Amino acid sequence: MTDPTPTASPPLLAVRGLSKAFLGVQALDGVDFTVRHGEIHALLGENGAGKSTLIKTLTGVYQRDAGTVALEGRPIAPRGVEEAQRLHIGTVYQEVNLLPNLSVAENLFLGRQPMRFGMRFGLVDRGAMRRRARAVLIPYGLSLDVTAPLGRFSVATQQIVAIARAVDMSAKVLILDEPTASLDAQEVAVLFKVMRTLRSRGIGIVFVTHFLDQVYALCDRITVLRNGRLVGERRTVELPRLDLVAMMLGRELEAAAHRIAPPDDEREEDARPPLVRFRGYGKARSVEPFDLDIRPGEVVGLAGLLGSGRTETARLVFGMDRADRGEAMVDGQAVRLRGPRDAIRLGFGFCPEDRKKEGIVGALSVRENIILALQARQGWLRPIPRRRQEEIADRFIRLLDIRTPHAEQPIQLLSGGNQQKALLARWLATEPRLLILDEPTRGIDVGAHAEIIRLIERLCADGMALLVVSSELEEIVAYSRRVVVLRDRRHVAELRGGEVAVDRIVAAIASESVPVEPRP
Amino acid sequence: MIHRFLPLLVTTAVLVVGFLLCAAQFPNFASLRVVGNLLTDNAFLGITAVGMTFVILSGGIDLSVGAVIGFTTVLLAVLIEQGGWHPLSAFAVALAVAGGFGAAMGAVIHVFQMPPFIVTLAGMFVARGLGFVLSTDSIPINHPLYAELGDLALRFDGGGKLTLPALLMLGVVAAAVVCAHWTRFGANLYALGGNRQSAELMGVPVGRTTVAVYALSGLLAGLAGIVFSLYTGAGYSLAATGVELDTITAVVIGGTQLTGGYGYVIGTFIGVLIQGLIQTYITFDGSLSSWWTKIAIGVLLFVFILLQKGLLAVWTGRGGTPAEA
Repeated sequence: MTDPTPTASPPLLAVRGLSKAFLGVQALDGVDFTVRHGEIHALLGENGAGKSTLIKTLTGVYQRDAGTVALEGRPIAPRGVEEAQRLHIGTVYQEVNLLPNLSVAENLFLGRQPMRFGMRFGLVDRGAMRRRARAVLIPYGLSLDVTAPLGRFSVATQQIVAIARAVDMSAKVLILDEPTASLDAQEVAVLFKVMRTLRSRGIGIVFVTHFLDQVYALCDRITVLRNGRLVGERRTVELPRLDLVAMMLGRELEAAAHRIAPPDDEREEDARPPLVRFRGYGKARSVEPFDLDIRPGEVVGLAGLLGSGRTETARLVFGMDRADRGEAMVDGQAVRLRGPRDAIRLGFGFCPEDRKKEGIVGALSVRENIILALQARQGWLRPIPRRRQEEIADRFIRLLDIRTPHAEQPIQLLSGGNQQKALLARWLATEPRLLILDEPTRGIDVGAHAEIIRLIERLCADGMALLVVSSELEEIVAYSRRVVVLRDRRHVAELRGGEVAVDRIVAAIASESVPVEPRP
Repeated sequence: MIHRFLPLLVTTAVLVVGFLLCAAQFPNFASLRVVGNLLTDNAFLGITAVGMTFVILSGGIDLSVGAVIGFTTVLLAVLIEQGGWHPLSAFAVALAVAGGFGAAMGAVIHVFQMPPFIVTLAGMFVARGLGFVLSTDSIPINHPLYAELGDLALRFDGGGKLTLPALLMLGVVAAAVVCAHWTRFGANLYALGGNRQSAELMGVPVGRTTVAVYALSGLLAGLAGIVFSLYTGAGYSLAATGVELDTITAVVIGGTQLTGGYGYVIGTFIGVLIQGLIQTYITFDGSLSSWWTKIAIGVLLFVFILLQKGLLAVWTGRGGTPAEA
């Protein structure tokens, strides 16, 4: 979207044809992005869309490969955060941006303290610094002890101080990268008020968030990226939620995928006692309380946009995060999930989303990776005999068709798909009753993708219950008997049987939410 | 507001109470002479501890300072006695060498992103070794200027005096307080100790500050070496062994957090005086082994670390959302 009117004054920030590649992977491909004076502009996109690359290129953390960036018509190319700030582009990150040990005033003026007796070798005028700090914070409605350490204030206050610093350093463009991710509803309201005030002062705000309700409550325009490309820029009032979600997910709604899994007789299914049952289960600032039943042999899909609470739900179920409310039952018995060890003892397994960080142990062999969970459950004092280990490893390598020269190959030398299968094997070896898969097909080529889906179907035919998190809606539709849809950290819908279809999921994600109620 | 200074207040209270107890037991204790000697005897420690405070505030540590003191005394003795240098030129060279040595360690720490503990541990061995290369013997310094400087003092009624080492220490402490709270360099140190990544994002020149703080620590260790040679009238490569640990102790007792970002120079000064006070008490008592100093300091150190831990818990618990310290 280029500005077609050359006579009009140039937009505040004009990005044209921006490209950036990392090791041959095109993170940004010819992206256009325009921010006007006095607007709040949402920058949206799913994982890998290129939002953070775009921001880091604007703030000088990365250098672009191609394209132009102009601020009020003047081309700029910042080489660092400091230079970007001098060029009037300020950034506030979700966390780690100010110093909790310094006072509020020092945080506001670090590196640009008012000086006495000369700028270079003079002394900091602490009185002037305090006075100016108080003055700077007045428009934000903050009246606080500016000499107190910043760490004593709430996250929301700290964020407003960070915004005040950026704006006071003459920011014309203010980039807020997921500022609301760790705030509660009341704090969000305060932040929004600040953002609206800044908008009325002519500042252009780039707002990155995963909360669609917030986008519609606040933003004038929306730019959507997907896979490093620009999908489009729209005015918020002209973009229905359904279309927005479709833009983000890249789905043509007409061509709704059809259900592949045979619809069993649901009434009979529902009559069976659930393997696990969660009631009012949740964790503050993570997922709103939810109810969830999973029956043996059933595949339940968790669908939603990035940041909607999918992974958080999976982590709660596996005990990786501890719930602070609600109850969990297994086989009708109340249980407490205080950590993954409890979950493993109950027969749960979990294949995490980030294989590299949370899953595989790269330097260990395929065999060692496969027997890891089984050995852990049995206790390290009772080692599994080597012969038995080899049997297990060979069986799963055959069963899952893991492509490796032999079981002793270090797992880091395998392809992503094969690593994923080895991870799956690790949990299958423990013969779990409930297996949680978080993005089982991410970063896997098409062939392996289909195999993993087939495998999922076979597993549940054997009576194992599965909870699958995936961004691939067709995939979820293909194997799930039921789909729980999440939005803004809340379970908003549960689709079953014939309702399980891509367009229904998209509609549920896009549905208007009830007004934000204050959290208990 | 109050609890920010609480570690400092506790340290000061310990010093005052300790001094009063000593004075109650020994009538001669509360005199200007004792106080003057306390300052003189601990001058080199105080000067070194100021540099250590800055390093620790910035989130680092400098284990090389004791070795640098030892090396400096030998360098001075060799230059003056064997090289025939004038002491003032020898002082200038010693300060330059010690400061340069610190700057080099700071550069290694920053450029190679190495842990300060390891780099300065290596620096400690290098400096100690270099001292032995120059001379393994204790070399007396007999230059007349040394005698003159030794006599230089502000004298008070009743036999109290502030010697040149004591005056130097007080000057360094005063300059350091100004530097920590009224200069950008000082603010950058606290920022660095608070969170390196945030400090960088906020435009703190991380590399320059790191090099500067280790250079300053080296420079002050060099100055402490000069003071130490004035005090002992000799240069010896084994001098000031373990002083790095005494200075770290003074810094921690003074209320500075070992993880960086929180603390005050003046606290370190009081920490040094507390150590000196215990030593003086044992000298006055006469019957106690001087090793009781170490035991008392060990206990005190432990108590102060517990105090800090407790304060931090109260602090973060009270302020609403806990922030990462």
